[in-house]
Amino acid sequence: METKIRSRVILILVVIVACILGIIGFPRNVQELKDNLHNRIHLGLDLKGGTDQILQVQVEDAVNITSGEALERLKDELKAKTLPYADIQSADDKTETPPIHRILIKGIPQDRIPDLQTIVTNQYSDWDLVRVPGDETARMLVLKTSAAATIRNQALMQAMETIRRRIDALGVAEPTIAEYGQEGDFELVVQLPGVDDPTRVRDIMQSTALLEFKLVQDGPYSSREAALAQHGGVLPPDTELVPGSESGNEVWYVLNRVAAITGRDLTGAEPSHDSSGRPNVDFTLNRDGAERFGRVTGANIGKLLAVVLDNRIFTAPVIHGQITDRGVIEGGNFTPQSANDLALVLRSGALPASIKTLSDETVGPSLGADSIRHGVLASIVGLVAVMGFMLVYYRGAGVNADVALALNLLILVAAMGYIGATLTLPGIAGVILTVGMGVDSNVLIFERIREELRLGKAVGAAVAAGFEQAFRTIIDTHVTTVVSAAILFAFGTGPIKGFAVTLTIGLLANLFTSVFVSRVIFDYGLTHREKGAALSI
Amino acid sequence: MEFFHEPKIDWMGIKWYFISLSLALALTGIISMLVHRGLVFGIDFRGGTVVTVKFAQSPNVDAIRGELDRAGLRNATIQGYGPPSDHAVIIGLDLQTTTSTNALDTGKQAVVTGLSNLYGKGPEGKSDFNNASPQTVTDHLTAEDPLGAGAKGLEAATKTYHDLADAIVNYRNAPPRSGLLGDFSDLRNVPGVTPGVISALAKDFYLSTYAVTDTKIVGPKVGSDLRRQAVYVTLAGLGAMLVYIWFRFELIYGVAAVVATFHDVIITLGFFSLLNKEITLTVIAALLTLVGYSMNDTIVVFDRIRENVHATKRPDFSKLVDHSINQTLSRTILTSGLTFLAVLSLFLFGGEVIHGFAFCLVVGVIIGTYSSVFIASPIVVYFYQRLAKGGMSPRVKVA
Repeated sequence: METKIRSRVILILVVIVACILGIIGFPRNVQELKDNLHNRIHLGLDLKGGTDQILQVQVEDAVNITSGEALERLKDELKAKTLPYADIQSADDKTETPPIHRILIKGIPQDRIPDLQTIVTNQYSDWDLVRVPGDETARMLVLKTSAAATIRNQALMQAMETIRRRIDALGVAEPTIAEYGQEGDFELVVQLPGVDDPTRVRDIMQSTALLEFKLVQDGPYSSREAALAQHGGVLPPDTELVPGSESGNEVWYVLNRVAAITGRDLTGAEPSHDSSGRPNVDFTLNRDGAERFGRVTGANIGKLLAVVLDNRIFTAPVIHGQITDRGVIEGGNFTPQSANDLALVLRSGALPASIKTLSDETVGPSLGADSIRHGVLASIVGLVAVMGFMLVYYRGAGVNADVALALNLLILVAAMGYIGATLTLPGIAGVILTVGMGVDSNVLIFERIREELRLGKAVGAAVAAGFEQAFRTIIDTHVTTVVSAAILFAFGTGPIKGFAVTLTIGLLANLFTSVFVSRVIFDYGLTHREKGAALSI
Repeated sequence: MEFFHEPKIDWMGIKWYFISLSLALALTGIISMLVHRGLVFGIDFRGGTVVTVKFAQSPNVDAIRGELDRAGLRNATIQGYGPPSDHAVIIGLDLQTTTSTNALDTGKQAVVTGLSNLYGKGPEGKSDFNNASPQTVTDHLTAEDPLGAGAKGLEAATKTYHDLADAIVNYRNAPPRSGLLGDFSDLRNVPGVTPGVISALAKDFYLSTYAVTDTKIVGPKVGSDLRRQAVYVTLAGLGAMLVYIWFRFELIYGVAAVVATFHDVIITLGFFSLLNKEITLTVIAALLTLVGYSMNDTIVVFDRIRENVHATKRPDFSKLVDHSINQTLSRTILTSGLTFLAVLSLFLFGGEVIHGFAFCLVVGVIIGTYSSVFIASPIVVYFYQRLAKGGMSPRVKVA
């Protein structure tokens, strides 16, 4: 008996030490103690202040780009293979979710259809070639669902990486960027502690930074209608109308649809300024980009070249000479900060798709501090009342209950630190249920022991029977609650998950403290008491 | 110390009074939810914008409303937040029809513009100290370098000013200031702050008479997703509990426990509807807590019933349930009383943020305890009495 208790006591002490170390580490002074506490207890933004945004990546953008590129390549390919056709165009089915991307080719001579099949099989492995009902001379390329799904997922991952790079470049401490919501929602949650200018951060995060250099065909026009009227209502083939602003007025230009170079050709971008001190952005191109850009700029000296950022004309300067590997983006309304921000987003790469904000919550540090202070005060008052009552009602055994409860909370906090979980307001709800069920476990056990004593059992036997009987109930209540917490964890997001995590850890800890630890304390008391003394319960 | 000693209450004999009470409460709640007031969903579920602002003096709500009206925000709700001595208001704007990034932000911008029109903008080029984060304060202090820490290298200087800024901001956020500093010279009470630091801060910052303490902008998708999720996930959780209880007891026990828990949720929601309290995210967390608590309580009673069924031959089931409830009554009163004590403390001292949460639990603990006795147990009794008429005896798995 003695040795059994001793080894159990040692186990409990080991757990206590591991928990304390987990929370405070090995501090050598008060400052280190504070730092360790700060590093290991992760408070949610609702408690410590900061900004929390839920974003949705518009992944369909990325699929559109891929299928647009495929269309352009296919046109070139058919021309190169002198395969005649009457018409080729994209024919996406947007009624489906997710949309199905298709390219429709009409008027192909019957004897050349095998050639088309060969091209598709060899070079468009992501596409299926299918017949079009009712038109034997037409064929349709359909993007495989698996390929589209891959593109969507890659877009999500890439967007996440890009946002992470941008936030790191801004120097925000301890950001959280993670997937959110259900599979297929393509949502991200971005949490930035202590950021007090969420609008600027959001602009930097969400700027698609899709940079394109496109030759200007004609313009500027004061409105879309004016531009269309100039062309008799129909734009020339392979051109597009793009808006921009010049000295505060909305202007429209007709641009080549195909970009000379894009942000992908950039190897670097730095904020800089011209000789008169006006801010601008220097950029450098890779070899391929430099070659193409040199060709286009060399052949079009004197014409306008539009710098298009996120489908808006940023500026449209005159090409003064051939530009190859280095260039400057000037004009616009650069301020030092906006030049800096543009260079930052260009450097971090374009987002593969645009981003929509679904929600944005900013908790000021003082509100966070207020809720912590109130919450802590209320919890301490509640705990002291409960613990005090247990001591009054159960006397000696009340000590067991209080030790078990305190140890339960210690393990809970340490475990959250070890697994890096964050404590939020809903998480505190889980802690409260844990405390409630912890108290309940003790009450169940003690009431059972009292019952057994009333039946006239000896003290040792009554304690053993009390624990044994109550354990059945405790295991049922705990397993039921953990099962439902598991469901909440598996299917819930953010706040609901936070509740499930603290509840699960708390209940597991409670099984250890109320059943095992409390029993050891009883047993220790039993072996050290005088013969025939009554149990203090 | 002991409150009860083997009580002999005929619970099943008085059950109809309480079942009637439950039905009345549930019906009132449902009617209120469906036709009368409905449920007031918080911004988390409804979508929209909420801005919490704390003022140095008691705010003039009419003036704020006038300013917002002028900005075109006619449907704004303005409510006092917390005790009047906090001088805080919460301004709510319903969801704009568009949800583009910019539109999502316009509501908040309009509120901030309106407030700065009303209470005066700061001097050009200065930042608002009362709305600044520790990082901003650190940046300004590092740039001004009032302590001459720059001589020790940038890293050391940043560390010095980072710690100092933390201390300063903590001081600003602590009561009685609670986020609003009235005078820079008050900062001399912060350890490490020299007159040089104060003048450096006064050079870069001004002190506004209000602080935006919290902004929340929720788009329609997040709101409806969350609402749907809260309902589905809770139902899935209840389903899982039902299966587990079925596995450990019998199906009817699972059904009874789930019905009782459902009853608790309906009545609690009914209270929210009747009292016009908002259903926020934290209230959902409290409802989940209530589900767990009520289930726990019911299982404790069921567990005793199961034990007694195995200990008794051909029991009168109704008497057996009464006896089981009486045996566990001392525990039930103790646990519920103590949990009630804890959540009451949250309700009284927990502050505005968790007020709805605590209210839900205060109601929930009472209802959850009561439903084990008067809803869950009678269902099981009713079922077995019907069985007994067919000549079958109650059966339950061995624990």
